[in-house]
Formats: sequence, C-alpha cells, structure tokens
Amino acid sequence: MPPLLSLSGIAKKFDSGTQAIGRLDLEVADGEFVSLVGPSGCGKSTALRIVAGLLTPDAGTVRFAHGKPALGFVFQEPTLMPWASTLGNVRLPLDLKHMNRAEADDRAARALARVGLGGFEKAYPRELSGGMKMRVSIARALAAEPRLLLMDEPFAALDELTRQALNDDLLRLWAEDALTVIFVTHSVYESTYLSSRVVVMTPRPGRVAADIALSPPPRRDEAYRLTADFTEAAGRVSAALKQAMAA
Amino acid sequence: MRDWATAARYAVPAALGIAAIAFWQWRVRALGISPLVLAAPSDIWAAFLLNFDTLMAALWFTLKITLSAFALATVGGVALAVLFSQSRIVEYALYPYAVVLQVTPVVAIAPLLLIWIGYDHVGTVLVLLAWIIAFFTVLSNTTVGLRSADHNLLDLMKLYGASRWQILWRLQLPGALPYLLAGMKISGGLALIGAVTAEFVAGSGDGLGLGWIITLANRNLDTAEEFAALTLLSTLGIVILFALTALEWALLHRWHESAVKRQG
Repeated sequence: MPPLLSLSGIAKKFDSGTQAIGRLDLEVADGEFVSLVGPSGCGKSTALRIVAGLLTPDAGTVRFAHGKPALGFVFQEPTLMPWASTLGNVRLPLDLKHMNRAEADDRAARALARVGLGGFEKAYPRELSGGMKMRVSIARALAAEPRLLLMDEPFAALDELTRQALNDDLLRLWAEDALTVIFVTHSVYESTYLSSRVVVMTPRPGRVAADIALSPPPRRDEAYRLTADFTEAAGRVSAALKQAMAA
Repeated sequence: MRDWATAARYAVPAALGIAAIAFWQWRVRALGISPLVLAAPSDIWAAFLLNFDTLMAALWFTLKITLSAFALATVGGVALAVLFSQSRIVEYALYPYAVVLQVTPVVAIAPLLLIWIGYDHVGTVLVLLAWIIAFFTVLSNTTVGLRSADHNLLDLMKLYGASRWQILWRLQLPGALPYLLAGMKISGGLALIGAVTAEFVAGSGDGLGLGWIITLANRNLDTAEEFAALTLLSTLGIVILFALTALEWALLHRWHESAVKRQG
C-alpha cells in the first residue's frame, strides 16, 4: 500500500533569503502518529504548512495516496474567533462548507463533548482558560472529520499538567478516529509519549536527521511515563536530537 | 464601596459644574461685566426661554445635517474600506485622493461647492462639507481593522476552502468592528463640527441651524443667545458620543477586551 503522504525533495527558501528546508524526504503511513522534532527554526512548521497546502515549496513534491485527504490543522495558539461562541468557532469549517445549521450545530456540539467541553457551547473564548481554548481548537479540527491531523506545537504554551491531560485526550481521539497525525514539537518527552514514530530534523535548512520507530506499548497512560521503556525511548530521541544539532 | 465610586463619578463633575456656574454668575454681577462681553448664566437661561422655538428648530436642522453626514460617512467609509481590502490596485489608486480630501481645509472648498450645487440647495452643501470632515476617520480605521485579521485564522479559512466573500464576512468584518466603532465615535463628533463650520461659511439657506444662529447672535452682540446656542451644541455632541458609546458596548461587550470589565 502506498504511504498516505509522501514528501520528496522538498525545499523552501523564505523571501528574506533564509533556506528553511533543504531536501526534505518523508513518508507517513495511514494511521501513524508521527512527531517532527528539531531545534527552533529548523523548518518543522514550514514543512507542516507545505503539507497543508498553505505554502508552496520551491522544489520537490507533496503526494497523497488517495488525493488530498480531509485535513485538520491546530496551531500553537488556539486561534479562535473572539466574537464567536465556542460552538460558533467549532462550527466554522462546517459553516464554510454551507452545511445546514441544525446538522452543523449537532456535529460541533458532539466534537466539543469529545474534548470534554460539553456544556460550554455558549461560552466565549475570553471566558475560557488556555487549556480549554486549545480543546476548542482541537474540537474545531475534529468537526471537519479529518483523516490527517496537522498540529504545530499545539501544547507548547500550556502548563505541564494541562499538557499531559491533553496528550492523553489526543491519543484517545487518535485511536477512536483512526487518525493520522503529524505533530510538531520541540519536547523530547512529549514526542516520545505520543508517537509511533519520531522524525528528528537538523537545524536550518531542515532535513531528516533520524527516523526513530517506537514500539507501541499496550497502553499509554501516566504509568507509562515511569517505565524503563519510556526512559529508554526518550533517551534515543534525545541522543538523536543532540547528534543532529552537532552535525 | 462600588456604589460610592459610581456616585462619585457623577457627583464630582456635577458639583464642579454647579460651582463654576455659580462663580461665573457671581463674578459677572460683582464686576458689572457688560452683557455684550460675557452674559451671566441667568441671562443665558432667559435668552434660551425667550428664543426657545427658534433654538429648537435650529437644533433639529443641525441634527439632521449632522446625522445625514455621519450616516454617509459611515456607509461610504466602510464601503470604500471593503473595496480597498479586496483590491490593492483600487487602494493604491484612490487612497491618495481620500487623503487630499481629508487634508484640504473644508472651509476653503465651501464657496466652490455653493457655486456648483447652488444657493438653492444649501442643505446639500452642508451635508457634503460635514461628510468630507467625518468620512476619513471611518475609512482609515476600517481599512486598518480589515487588514488586522489574525493570519492563522486566515490560513485556517483558506485551508477549509473559504471564498473571499466568506473570509470578508466571517473574519475581516467582525474583526474590524472595534476599529470601525472607535472611528465612528470620533467621526460622530467631527460630523457635528463639520455641520456647524459649514454653516459659518455657507449660511443655512432657507433653514436655520445652530451655526447660523451663533453667527447672527454674534453680529447682533447678543452674547446670551450665542451662549444658549453653544450650550445646545455641546449637549448635542455629548448625546451623540453617548449613543455611540452605548452602541459600542452593545456590540462588543461579550468579546472585546476594550469593553470587558475585569473581574477579581
């Protein structure tokens, strides 16, 4: 079976002349949870935007096995419309597709319930905490029923406990919906905890420095963070990252 | 504690105003200042009652000019700003002329407009002059507001295949609303200033506005009536500002930082 997504020879230079990505090759199979890890400014976010079609690469190709799949995108900031209620925000992708109001409301409410925000439909973003806003942002991505979910350091601005709770929720949603996720982060531990595969990138211009497959544990939960398996895996990712930065 | 603070907000300026009027009344009488130079508050009140019908008709006339100019400025400013946001070329082509319109002293154009539009349509000239003064603030504020849309939200909407119209309607216009309302608050006051100034230079045709009343009262050395008309103008300005502040609160208080009361 061909991979869901394959990037080959992708290069991107910014108007400022900075070479953000240099010859990036990456394949992502259906159902994988792939983390992109690398130093700041290594082009992780740029790669994600290229996959989403928000940026055009200077060279190389982006290929999808079955045509461009339904995409969800979650930014580092919650990126909500402050003038719209929680429900209105989650409904956005459906409204843009002119789905009828009742059905869109229904689907948006279900997406909110799935991220633990049932009952907050009428709240406005400013009334929510940082973690709750991020949950709304994830619900909005889910409402579009994506096959491929792209996440750009979504939990970087959250406190540790909120971040861990959202990590667990994300894994649950990934499993329930059989999603494929590409997750950009600079946290070794987060990538190790979440991913079935960690792709380590070099400093600018970003290329793949290491591609580490992680054996999926039977269940990922709080206890997993304390196991020798987890520590060992995190050690491998960390070593690969150090090597990539030294190279 | 909070009730006390609220009461103080109204009581303190009111007390100051009453004290100032009392001092004014006392000094004018005590020094025997000529009413041609400075009318005492009691004289102004008497002039107000004496000319009540004329003053109210003039107030109505000025209000009509002001509101017409303000409505045109708002609609025109928003429409042009939307056009600018949709086409850079249109913006490059027209913006310099909007600036020219703004920086040209309106008083200087008035005689020309009178010739072109005619002395039998002075009302139109007045509206046009007030509109020129009030228009630019709405245009420039709304233009900035439409351009300030969150870039990530813009990307997200593009990702979901939004049309230009959807981006305008769902993202840019709601995002520009706080800028527009801030512009309208300034523009409302400017429309009033424009209406009165226009009347100074163009007269008021077959109507009679507060600007012309002030001109006439001044020529007649009727300082008391002049002050009465001035007081009405200030009141009108305050009412316009209050109305627009209320509109701003109604539209923004649920979501925008400027209208949100901090809790805790």
